[in-house]
Amino acid sequence: MIQYILRRLLWLFPILLMVNLLTFILFFVVNSPDDMARAQLGNKYVTDAALTAWKAARGYDLPLLWNTNAVGWDVLTQTIFWQKSVQLMVFDFGVSDAGRAIGADLAQRAWPSLWLALPSFMIGLCVNIALALLLVMFRGQWLDKLGLVLTIVIMSISGLFFIIGGQYVLAKLWHWFPISGYEPDGDVWRFLLLPIILGVIAGVGSGVRWYRSILLEEADKDFARTARAKGLSLWQVMHRHVLPNGLLPILTGVVAVLPLLFMGSLIMESFFGIPGLGSYTIDAINSQDFAIVRAMVYLGAVLYVFGLIITDITYAWADPRVRFGDK
Amino acid sequence: MLLLWSDIVVWLLVTSLLYFFWRLKQDTLLRERWQLVAQSRIAMASTIVLLAFVLIALADSLHFRTNDPYRPVVSALDMSLGNIATGQEKSYSAPFAIESLWQETRQTDDGRVIRAPVPLQHAGKQLDNPNDLSRDLWQRSLTFLSIGIILASLIVWMLSHLSVFSQTALPWKSAAITFIVLCGFLVWLWGMGQSYHVLGTGKVGEDVLYASLKGVRTGILIGGLTTLLTLPFAVVMGIVAGYFKGWVDDVVQYLYTTLNAVPGVLLIASAMLLAQLYLAQHADVFASEQERADVRLLLVCLVLGLTGWTGLARILRAESLKLREMEYVKAASAFGVSHVRIIGRHLLPNLGHLVLISAVLDFSGLVLAEAVLSYVGIGVDPTMPSWGNMINLARQELNREPVVWWNLLGAFVGMFTLVLSVNLLADRVQHVFNPRAQG
Repeated sequence: MIQYILRRLLWLFPILLMVNLLTFILFFVVNSPDDMARAQLGNKYVTDAALTAWKAARGYDLPLLWNTNAVGWDVLTQTIFWQKSVQLMVFDFGVSDAGRAIGADLAQRAWPSLWLALPSFMIGLCVNIALALLLVMFRGQWLDKLGLVLTIVIMSISGLFFIIGGQYVLAKLWHWFPISGYEPDGDVWRFLLLPIILGVIAGVGSGVRWYRSILLEEADKDFARTARAKGLSLWQVMHRHVLPNGLLPILTGVVAVLPLLFMGSLIMESFFGIPGLGSYTIDAINSQDFAIVRAMVYLGAVLYVFGLIITDITYAWADPRVRFGDK
Repeated sequence: MLLLWSDIVVWLLVTSLLYFFWRLKQDTLLRERWQLVAQSRIAMASTIVLLAFVLIALADSLHFRTNDPYRPVVSALDMSLGNIATGQEKSYSAPFAIESLWQETRQTDDGRVIRAPVPLQHAGKQLDNPNDLSRDLWQRSLTFLSIGIILASLIVWMLSHLSVFSQTALPWKSAAITFIVLCGFLVWLWGMGQSYHVLGTGKVGEDVLYASLKGVRTGILIGGLTTLLTLPFAVVMGIVAGYFKGWVDDVVQYLYTTLNAVPGVLLIASAMLLAQLYLAQHADVFASEQERADVRLLLVCLVLGLTGWTGLARILRAESLKLREMEYVKAASAFGVSHVRIIGRHLLPNLGHLVLISAVLDFSGLVLAEAVLSYVGIGVDPTMPSWGNMINLARQELNREPVVWWNLLGAFVGMFTLVLSVNLLADRVQHVFNPRAQG
């Protein structure tokens, strides 16, 4: 077991390395620090002195890979690659182009993101599985058909419309919820309720279809038919036989995305003014703050890889065939 | 005549689609499958709606240069729309309104100074008395609706004598009904658009109906081109990884895991930010704003395609792993058939349905993704007519007083209809080609 996990860990490390290299190439080689400075300071009317000062203030004035002016180890460390990319590997996020410490911002903003994303995800999961179970129980009947058409309709509506429409009708016209905003110490749920509800609704279409197909696969297996044949009620078969067996693929799917919830939801957060990592990212994109974008790319990759690892672990834990090397 | 890059792509897309269906006719097995697809009434109706969208996109992909300095480039769609394309107002006006939403200070005939809405320049000109508005609307609506329906019925009646339709047992009736309803609606839109702004006007006075129609091409192009770009890549990567296993498999898996590890929006955002920087610094390369927007649109597709292939590649890899253990593949390789031939003869035909289903599903996902990207500011050029840009505008418009909701409505109807018909079709295709997943 431990050996298995170690092997997976070794396999995942190069991915982080590659992501890091990729961002380095994208942000510093394809696009030189000069370009970045010019974009920040206004494209046309920029003096060379202003450019140099901007770069020096943010540490972009170093050579890319090899510092010929330095001595000893500084040849390697006094470079953009070392200062900006290698430091990311040890979670030193540095300073944003606007001069704020990114690490502190991340730590502060991760919580609102999590408060929004985790309940949305969990409630959505329960609602989706419950509805999928309902459709599977009535499979082939009108409820199933109606449900399937409804899921396609919901899937065809852009999430933006749910957010815009929901915010307008429920918050602005009917005053059921505050339009937007966030109070870290006060009544957090008052602000989070509407985004959570809308998030669940927007995800219900594809979610129900997905879980329905997983559960149907289980429901078609021999054990389900036998259980039904020996006289168990439909509900008992679903509850005792189909659902527990379907939970394994569902569980592994859930575990994989769980860490990514930290990243927050870009659109939701910016619409409802929630100061999480999603709105942080959007602000960074809009103000072309490459330092933050780079940090978020790396953070996302780390969380993704982390998700892969815990998926493997749950999989091995839940399914002995994997654990004992029987591929 | 002027060829934009994206025009070429649109025409290429359509020709490849036609070629695909022409090939279908040769293959009996596939033809039978597709007849099964067409036997669903919903699939038939969706196909008709999709065809209408494709026709609009095609008409919008024939560009001509004109002598008009304000509109140097127009498309065939612009020319056929008449007043819908040219009816420019100063600012907002409501659907079917004859007065503006904004107010202007002016002097009345008896010398008083008032602040009131002004009559629109391109709406309700034929009315002598503004009170006749609702009567005129009803009259015109009835006229154009009946013209459209009668015209469509005539076409249906003429086509019904063709032997193709009586020989095949397909739900032609649903197709005909959809066609007639659609024709009635489109002729009504066109006719009403000549004397009114059916969906009102936007911030700078552009007709919202016109903008929604122009959004069709952008949506189809983003969905279609990106899918087309990713398919070959995904197919090659997936099959190669699954068939050869070993280090090739490791490399391919490493590649797509790495790409997946980078959060999708952020990767697209970074690439687009860099592209924007480049475009901003090389603005002089492009002759007109339209051409720059055009290049940016293609870039968006390219960047979306960069990450889009991983899902399909993973599915194809898993399936190829299974297929390569099949007896007929083993027999073929025992006979010394080359790898290329085995892949072409035995693997590809057995993977076709997976590629197809994923392509259709990806298409609708990409149309929806365009809206999100444009909202974040990393999608198509802000000057380019697209549903995403319209939604983006609508955000501020909903906070205005009075509320401007027609931009949102136009984008919603266009996007929803397109994506819904694609999704319904995809559902049917999936049902026929991969019944196991549906149950």
